[in-house]
Amino acid sequence: MPPRGEIPKPSVTRTTFPGDAPPTRVAAPRSGMAATAAPAPTAGLGTASPTPRPLATLRAGLVLFVILTVLTGLIYPMLVTAIAQLIFPWQANGSLVNRRGQPVLQARAAIGSTLIGQYFSDPKYFWPRPSATAPVPYTAYHAATETCGTGSNWGPTNPLFLAAIRRRVARLRAADPGVKGPIPINLVTASASGLDPDISPAAALYQVPRVARARGLPIAEVRRLVKRFSHGRVLGLLGAPRVNVLKLNLALARLPR
Amino acid sequence: MPENAWLQMLIYVAVLLALAKPLGAYMARVYEGKPCGLDRALGWLERLTYRWCGIAADAPMAWRSYAGAVLLFSLLGALAVYGLQLAQGYLPLNPEHFGAVAPDLALNTAVSFVTNTNWQSYNGETTLSYLTQMLALTVQNFVSASVGMAVLMALIRGLRGRQITNLGNFWVDLTRGILYILLPLSFLLALFLVSQGVVQTWRAYPKVALVQPIRYVPPGEKAAGPAAQRTVWMKHQTLPVGPAASQIAIKQLGTNGGGFFGTNSAHPFENPTPLSNFFEMLAILLIPAALCHTYGRMVGDARQGWAILAAMVVIFVPLMIGCVAAEQIGNPRLSPLYRVPVLSRASRVGQQPAPHWFAARRGYQLSGGNMEGKETRFGVTDSAIWTTATTAASNGSVNSMLDSYTPLGGLVPLWLMELGEIIFGGVGSGLYAMLAFVIVAVFIAGLMVGRTPEYLGKKIDAFEMKMAAVVVLIPPALVLLAAAVALVLPSAVAATNNPGAHGYSEILYWASSVGNNNGSAFAGLNTNSFFYNLLGAVAMWISRYWLIVPILAMAGSLGRKNIVPVSSGTLPTHNALFVGWLVATIVIIGALTFLPALALGPVAEYLQMVHG
Repeated sequence: MPPRGEIPKPSVTRTTFPGDAPPTRVAAPRSGMAATAAPAPTAGLGTASPTPRPLATLRAGLVLFVILTVLTGLIYPMLVTAIAQLIFPWQANGSLVNRRGQPVLQARAAIGSTLIGQYFSDPKYFWPRPSATAPVPYTAYHAATETCGTGSNWGPTNPLFLAAIRRRVARLRAADPGVKGPIPINLVTASASGLDPDISPAAALYQVPRVARARGLPIAEVRRLVKRFSHGRVLGLLGAPRVNVLKLNLALARLPR
Repeated sequence: MPENAWLQMLIYVAVLLALAKPLGAYMARVYEGKPCGLDRALGWLERLTYRWCGIAADAPMAWRSYAGAVLLFSLLGALAVYGLQLAQGYLPLNPEHFGAVAPDLALNTAVSFVTNTNWQSYNGETTLSYLTQMLALTVQNFVSASVGMAVLMALIRGLRGRQITNLGNFWVDLTRGILYILLPLSFLLALFLVSQGVVQTWRAYPKVALVQPIRYVPPGEKAAGPAAQRTVWMKHQTLPVGPAASQIAIKQLGTNGGGFFGTNSAHPFENPTPLSNFFEMLAILLIPAALCHTYGRMVGDARQGWAILAAMVVIFVPLMIGCVAAEQIGNPRLSPLYRVPVLSRASRVGQQPAPHWFAARRGYQLSGGNMEGKETRFGVTDSAIWTTATTAASNGSVNSMLDSYTPLGGLVPLWLMELGEIIFGGVGSGLYAMLAFVIVAVFIAGLMVGRTPEYLGKKIDAFEMKMAAVVVLIPPALVLLAAAVALVLPSAVAATNNPGAHGYSEILYWASSVGNNNGSAFAGLNTNSFFYNLLGAVAMWISRYWLIVPILAMAGSLGRKNIVPVSSGTLPTHNALFVGWLVATIVIIGALTFLPALALGPVAEYLQMVHG
C-alpha cells in the first residue's frame, strides 16, 4: 500500500511522499525515521522531501515567528494607534473632561474621565456605587500601594458581604431618614471594576432630597437635572438605564444658587 | 424575567447565527487557498513572508511534521513571552517603569497566552509595560488563535481526503489565518472600540485632580491603632491607559480573553458602553460559530456543519437563559434588607411599595437582581449573557465578577467549561474537540446497532477511538486532579476569598478554567503564588498540546483511509436525531464526570443560601 499524498488547493501538483506507519499496526517500531524508511523508495517520491529537515523547520518557525511578531505586535497596534489618535483623539486618550464637563485632551486641564468613576462622600454630591478598591474607593491606579480597580469577589452568602450590605443600607438611611421605599440595589453593591462611572436613574433619584437639602436647592430642580443626565438603554435595547455620576455632579456644581 | 432580557438574548443569538454563514464561507475560501478578496491587497505580503521563511506554500506535511511545527512554534512563543516579561525593565515603551515580572508569574503568563488560555494571575495595569502587552501578549492573542484554526484545518483535510498523508502546511495555515481573517477583523473592531471610549495611546498614565479630595488611612498605618493613626489626603487620581483597543479586539475575536487591565472587560476603559459590549460579545462567538460552516463547506456537505452548530446552540441557549434567570432573581439573603427591584412579581402579589415609584413613572426598566460585582451600564442581563458566551467559547474574559454570582448563576459558566470547551469553544480548538465528541457519539451509536461506526465515510477504528477518548478524558482528569491537589494543601486553600462551599467553588473553578484552556476566573482566589502559577502552567500546557497531538494523530490516521460509499446502514450525521444524540452524549459525559464535584460546590451553596 504505497500511501498517496494529496495536496489541497491551490497546489495543482500532486506530490507523493511517504507518511507515517499505519496507526493500527502497533507492533511496528515507530520512530518516524524508521517508519518512513521502509516503503519510501518504491513510493515515487517526486520532489517533496520525505523527512522534514529539522534545520529548515527551525528556520521557518523562527523567521515566521519574528515576522508575525512584528506584524501583529508592532505594525498593527501602531496603525490602530495612529488612526485612533487622528479620528478619535479624545476617546483614545481616556475621555477626559474639565470642570465644566467639556472634553479636554490634556491631563492638566482635566478633573476626571467620564468613564472612570470618582468617590464622593459629601452629602451635597450624588454618591456613586460602593467600590471594593482599598484603601481608597475608586482607585484606578496607585503606584505606591500597587492598587488598581477590582471587585469585592464576595460570594452571595459570605458574612462579610452581608455585613457590608447592612452597613451601606444603614448609611443611606441615616443620610436621609425622610426617604421611604426600597433602596436601589446598585447603591449598596460594589461594581465589578470598582470604577463604575454610573448609577441607575433610580439610584440618583433616591438621593435627590438629600442633595437638594445640602445645597439649598429646590427638589424639583435637582430632579430635573437628574432626568436630563439619565440615559435609557442604547437603542432602547442594550445595556441598562444609567446616570453618569461625575457629569451629574459637575453639572450640579454649576447650578446657580 | 423582564421582556428586555428575552429580547436581548434573542437578538444576540440571531445576529450571531446570521453572521456565521458569510464568515464561514469566507474562511473556507481562505484555507482552501481560493481567491478571497483580501489576497489581492495582502497577497504580496503573504508571498514575501514565505520567501523569507524559506517555505514552499504547497510543501506537504504529514501529521507528525504538522504536530512538530505546532509544538516548535508554541515553544518559541512561550520563550519569547517569558523573556520579554523578565526584560521589560530594560526595554522601551515602559512609561510607568515596571520592573521584571517574577519568574513563576512570568512562566504562568507565558504558558497561559501561548495556549490560548489567558489565565491572569496579575493585573495588567500594575505589572506589564506597553511593550510587553503588545509584543508579547497581543502577538500570542493572534498566533495562538491561528494555531487552533490551523489544527482544525488539518483534521478537516484528514476527514475529507482519500488515502492521503498530507494534512496541508502548518506555516501556510498559520499565516493565512492571521493575515486574511484575524488581522482585518481585529483592525475594524479595534477602531470601533476606540470610538466607544476604549483607550489606545502610548502616553504615560494621566494624573488628574479629583473633584472631591479624599482623606484616608494609609495601609501601613492600620496597625498603629486608632489613636496613633495618621491620615493623608488623596487629591489626584491616576488613570491607567495604554494601547488597549488593539489588544482587546483580538482578545475577543481569538477567544483569548486576557484583559489589558486587571478587571478585564468590566474595566470602563476596556468596555465603556453597552454598544461596545454587544460587539465584543458578538466577536467572542463569531469565529467559533462560523467555523462550523467552514467545516461543512470544506467536507463538501454543509449540513454536517449546521448539525454541529445546532448541537452547540441547543446546549448554549438553555444555559444562557438559566444564567440570566438566576442573576435576575438575585440573592434571597438580601431580601430582608430591601426588596429586589426587578421582581415586578413582588408588586403584583401585593407587597408594597411598587419598586421605585419614581422610576416606574419615568418608564425606566430597572436592572436589578444580583448587582454585586456587576457594572451599571451592562446590568444583569448583559453580564449574564457575556458570562455564558465567554465560558461556552474558551474566551474567559469577564465583564462582571463571577465570584459574586448566585450559586446557580455561577454553576453555568463552571459547567460550560467542564464540558470541555466544545460548545463553540476556542477558535479551531472548540470544533476539533467537538469532532472528537462526534466520533465518540458515532462510536456509541455504532455499538448499539452492531455496525462498524463510520463518520463522513471514514471507518472509525480502535486508533481513532483511542485518540478521541484521550481528547475527551484528559481535560476532566486534569481538572479533578488539580482541584484535588489544591484542596489538600492548606496554603492553597488559604488563598480563597470566601468561606465554605463558595471557597471550594473558587478552587474548582480555577482548575476547570486552566484544565480546559478557558482563562475565566472566580477572581477572589489569589493565584499569584508559586503553587498556583506552576500547577496552572502545567495544566494549561497539557490540556492544550495533549489534545492537539492526538487530534493530529487522528487526522493522520483518518486521512490514510478510503471513503466508503453511503449505504442503507450508514448512520446519517446531519439530521435532528443525530444532533439530539450528540447533545445527549456531551451532556451525559459532562454530567457524570462532574456531578459529585459540583454537588459539593455550587449546589451545596445554593441549598445553604435558600434555606440557611
